[in-house]
Amino acid sequence: MPHDHDNHLDPMEARVRALETILTRKGLIETAAVDAIIETYAEKVGPQNGAAVVARAWTDPAFADWLERDATAAVASMGFTGRQGEHVRAVFNAPDLHHVIVCTLCSCYPWSLLGLPPVWYKSPAYRSRVVIEPRAVLAEFGLDLPEGTKLRVWDSTAELRYLVVPMRPEGTEGWSAEALAELVTRESMIGTGLPRVPA
Amino acid sequence: MNGPHDLGGKMGFGPVLPEADEPWFHAPWEARALGVVLACGALGRWTLDESRHARECLPPATYYAASYYEIWIRALEVLLTRHGLITPAELATGTALERPADARRLGAERVPAVLARGTPCDRPLSEPPRFATGQRVRAKNAHPRGHTRLPVYLAGKEGVIESDHGGFVLPDANAHGKGEVPERLYTVVFDAAEVWSADSEPGLTISADLWEGYLDRL
Repeated sequence: MPHDHDNHLDPMEARVRALETILTRKGLIETAAVDAIIETYAEKVGPQNGAAVVARAWTDPAFADWLERDATAAVASMGFTGRQGEHVRAVFNAPDLHHVIVCTLCSCYPWSLLGLPPVWYKSPAYRSRVVIEPRAVLAEFGLDLPEGTKLRVWDSTAELRYLVVPMRPEGTEGWSAEALAELVTRESMIGTGLPRVPA
Repeated sequence: MNGPHDLGGKMGFGPVLPEADEPWFHAPWEARALGVVLACGALGRWTLDESRHARECLPPATYYAASYYEIWIRALEVLLTRHGLITPAELATGTALERPADARRLGAERVPAVLARGTPCDRPLSEPPRFATGQRVRAKNAHPRGHTRLPVYLAGKEGVIESDHGGFVLPDANAHGKGEVPERLYTVVFDAAEVWSADSEPGLTISADLWEGYLDRL
């Protein structure tokens, strides 16, 4: 590469490129494997997985019961397994109870169900504040819970990964699981949002 | 250690800034960082607990100034050097000086299986549980210098055992190469009034997943 191009690299671009080059030349990593990892999380794994789980729980009471008792097995039956989803617990919102997920110590997040975490989830602002002033944090997402709603914040301090199952929106009677899944946002499965309301 | 990562309840970090239609990666290097970190992890030279500890050992000023992928890369450089896979001279010059072929290198064909399997951390235990669900416990007022998953904001606080998850690898040992030392893991629920103050948000409870040795009976 001509030297003047180097000046356009920001320091992290240069740092990661150098590290990847060293590791590849030393035979410690394989470029195609790095590409395959990126492709997995950019194209295959994402919140559509969790949305399918939630929509099925809304439409299939036996599955919802299984999800509550043994979420790891229930989501594995839909093909959702793997890294940062080895042990899963689903927590269900109720009219008087709202769940919110955080990892105050790092960035633990249910990758197998929601994909890679958004930047805000990993930010010091979210990790520090949501355990001490969750209502103020939720308001910054545009979510104002009714007074009297109990709030439970789950700090992901071990290897259990949490999925919030929000309440099914009203006005969706008779909808298919596929149509319902379109209403399930990523934020609604973290607890910083609610599902979309049908138009 | 209650390092820069131990953020629960700390103040001064400003508003949370959700980004509409956030892309998976904000620069090409972030994607490469993800792939390189996971591919190096698959070499099996360190555990996830050790890599978490390497991240939280970054100096606070570095930790807070860095994006999460930068934290990952800086910690990866520490791990690679500590385990003798690259030398400081190689890092400084950006040149590979030695080539120790590694038989465990992750090939692209193994990526789907490795990612789909993950690394389960549950382990069988023969000892019975020390605590029953519904029992009141106190998180130890402990401030170990090494890796722990007891957040400092819960140290010394009283809570209730909500569920028993059986045995799990103990990060406090595993992060330091002392073996898995599986120990029972519980979900413990704390009232905000106990954790923070009597005038904290009403109706708020906080739970954490805590190992048996983090807890004392009342």
